[in-house]
Amino acid sequence: MTENPSKAVWRPESMTQLKEGNDVSAESEEDAPKKKSLFQRMKDGLSRSTRTITDGITGIFTRKKLDQETLDELEDLLIQADLGVDVAADITRTLKRDRFDKEISDEEVKSFLAGEIAKILKPVEKPFAPDPAHRPFVTLVVGVNGSGKTTTIGKLAKALKAEGKSVLLAAGDTFRAAAIDQLKVWGERIGAPVVSTRVGGDAAGLAYEAVERGRAENHDVVLIDTAGRLQNKTDLMAELEKVLRVIRKLDPTAPHATLLVLDATTGQNALNQVEIFGKIAGVTGLVMTKLDGTARGGILVAIAKRFAMPVHMIGVGEGADDLQVFDAEAFSRAITGAR
Amino acid sequence: MFENLTGRLGDVFSKLTGRGALSEKDVDEAMREVRRALLEADVALPVVKSFIDKVKTRAIGHEVVKSVSPGQQVIKIVHDELVEMLGGASSPDEPVISLQAVRPVPIMMVGLQGSGKTTSTAKIARRLAEREKVKVLMASLDTRRPAAQEQLRVLGEQTGIATLPIVAGQNPVQIARRAIEAGRLGGYDVVMLDTAGRTHIDEALMAEMAEVRDVTNPHEILLVTDSLTGQDAVNVARQFKERIDVTGIILTRVDGDGRGGAALSMRAVTGVPIKLLGTGEKLDALEDFRAERVAGRILGMGDVVSLVERAAETIDAEKANRIAKKMKKGEFDLDDLSEQLSQMARMGGIKGVMSMLPGIAKAQKQMADANLDDKVIKRQTAIISSMTKIERRNPKILDARRKRRIAAGSGTEVSEINKLLKMHRQMADVLKMMGKGGRGGLAGMLGKMVGMGGGGMPEMPAGMPGDPKALQDMMKSAGGFPGLGGPGKPGGLPGLPKGFPGGLPGLPSKKK
Ligand SMILES: Nc1nc2c(ncn2[C@@H]2O[C@H](COP(=O)(O)OP(=O)(O)OP(=O)(O)O)[C@@H](O)[C@H]2O)c(=O)[nH]1
Ligand SMILES: [Mg+2]
Repeated sequence: MTENPSKAVWRPESMTQLKEGNDVSAESEEDAPKKKSLFQRMKDGLSRSTRTITDGITGIFTRKKLDQETLDELEDLLIQADLGVDVAADITRTLKRDRFDKEISDEEVKSFLAGEIAKILKPVEKPFAPDPAHRPFVTLVVGVNGSGKTTTIGKLAKALKAEGKSVLLAAGDTFRAAAIDQLKVWGERIGAPVVSTRVGGDAAGLAYEAVERGRAENHDVVLIDTAGRLQNKTDLMAELEKVLRVIRKLDPTAPHATLLVLDATTGQNALNQVEIFGKIAGVTGLVMTKLDGTARGGILVAIAKRFAMPVHMIGVGEGADDLQVFDAEAFSRAITGAR
Repeated sequence: MFENLTGRLGDVFSKLTGRGALSEKDVDEAMREVRRALLEADVALPVVKSFIDKVKTRAIGHEVVKSVSPGQQVIKIVHDELVEMLGGASSPDEPVISLQAVRPVPIMMVGLQGSGKTTSTAKIARRLAEREKVKVLMASLDTRRPAAQEQLRVLGEQTGIATLPIVAGQNPVQIARRAIEAGRLGGYDVVMLDTAGRTHIDEALMAEMAEVRDVTNPHEILLVTDSLTGQDAVNVARQFKERIDVTGIILTRVDGDGRGGAALSMRAVTGVPIKLLGTGEKLDALEDFRAERVAGRILGMGDVVSLVERAAETIDAEKANRIAKKMKKGEFDLDDLSEQLSQMARMGGIKGVMSMLPGIAKAQKQMADANLDDKVIKRQTAIISSMTKIERRNPKILDARRKRRIAAGSGTEVSEINKLLKMHRQMADVLKMMGKGGRGGLAGMLGKMVGMGGGGMPEMPAGMPGDPKALQDMMKSAGGFPGLGGPGKPGGLPGLPKGFPGGLPGLPSKKK
């Protein structure tokens, strides 16, 4: 991980646990008996999710010459991890170029793959770092329906608070039934105030009010939830643009971050999501949720290749602590099952 | 949902059609492309493989070799296999959701987090209440996600469907029991159980789900899945199926621009039928799933074969030849236009024709955007029939007075007449040009009409027809019908049987 001590980089407690062997802080030690370490949970989730691919690799390579058939099967495995046809072909081609017709073990293949994937992901690995120069640091959270926006806001707010930052939440989803209540419950759970309006109220107006209140009450960060929307709905995307416009009336530099929340089970459509939300909402970074299931989130590799969009964090469960800093190497190893 | 996949397959097929004979290599190449298109559409890899195998075996075998237009035949095979993969042809009389059980009939909704269970619950309840006139009770068993129960309560209010009162502190199994009890006591016909989202590897939650099933004995267990799901879709479907005998799949967010591969995979892998499609956030955005229709949408064709048949039935070949000749000479009068219009109407109108052509989903969308419908054809036909013979032969003589008379006679506006005349002029120019060897056909005509239809497409610049590049662009924006003869390829509808005069009659193709 690139550490930049001169800059205030947000690093949730969980991150320290992500790296094996790191000291576990006293604070999280109390949790330890109750639950598995977060690293273990992520590994469980991801390794379960990658069991097929891992088993596949193990099955294919029991120390034999790397032939075309094997390469084809390998490409298939990558496709099944949602890396997409092109990326899968690229990686396989590299392997072929370097190792064709040579004896190779499954372990070597795994680490080769992990290495190739990490090469692609490393440049986009960027922790979420609210810049203290902007106060409040206005963060808009966007994404398609059900991707995990509201939950991520709850988790992120908790992590920021743990760092001693004051956080204001804005219930900008005025459309979906009970979305406001959902965020309010999170606010109570983690002890953060919530700005809200009535259901059916003006989302842009609410965002404006939140930024205003963030200033007045001197909060460090304002996290604005938005209604889920499919990126091909032009009217809904126009509404999102309006939210941005209205916020900028108050602070032309805001929002200082726009997070796109992607569901790890999503396939190739995530590319469209990044492209269109990126264009319209000026997305500055990604969060990938639901990596505790069996989905491998391989689409992130294709996204990194095509858009070079920073990836900040990953969601590994529904609880308030189930958020981790994105670690390109750990992610790549988890995808391929490499040690 | 399927537009992108449609486009990809359209490209593949346009290479196949218009060829006399297909070699094994041609088929192989096409199938590689199909494989890629399907994978990019998130169809699960094992499903893609078996699909390609099946199509190949059939395509390389007798079926194709013996047929008149092999390319067309391959498309037909792909279509048939798609229908098969999606669950076979279904009968529209069969109820999508079965209520043949002891009242209250329990229906249980399951799925991953964020897949759309709660919204789908309300949609189905609403539809049952409206269509089957049954009394429905909805209950949320989601005690995990904050405000999930509240969400269903609000949806109940919006749809006028009763919801089980929320009792804090109860667990899902307790709520389920209470829901069935309340259903019985309250004289409800259906009790819908909305459950919390869960990953299929969360053992505790999967066990809880099975327990809910055991205490409620649901008549239908519907797995709600997001159509944007990737390769994992099949794992999810398989695991849920293994754990609690899912009876049907509901596919949500079909209104997204995903390629819908999950739909193709899940049925194929589990054998569980896809029952309903969620097509929007509104509570009435729910559609029956019909395999043929979806397969047609995927290929961008209803049924090419039936188009060919219908065209043969409705088109008077002699008349067509006559018009074609006139067109080539650049004589295309309003009578000819009228004939073209009525031909289109006979073939099922614009939509009818469009829906039968492969690879034109985009054009369809543009037409929908432009609000172009068959009313336009009707009105245009009415305008022409209000003209005198002389006017139809020589539209130049139409002055303001004549136009007013025609407008009154046809119940239209002078502006519409002007538009029609403009369209005719442009078409005549285009056709004249094509007589010299351009490309086009029905596509061009539709392009014109879309242009007229109400601002969906930019108005054609006046000098346009003189500019071949602009013409091509126009054709492209009209959907670029594959097989409608690009340079070097025979024109006409893709794979129309040989001897068909230049594709759709009167719509000239490149001279042989
Ligand atoms: N397993 C798992 N579930 C998650 C994760 N993140 C969110 N969820 C669940 O996914 C579901 C949807 O999450 P929400 O946060 O409501 O998603 P959203 O994007 O705000 O949804 P809308 O506002 O309805 O568009 C909820 O059931 C969450 O508990 C995650 O990392 N893992
Ligand atoms: Mg939300």
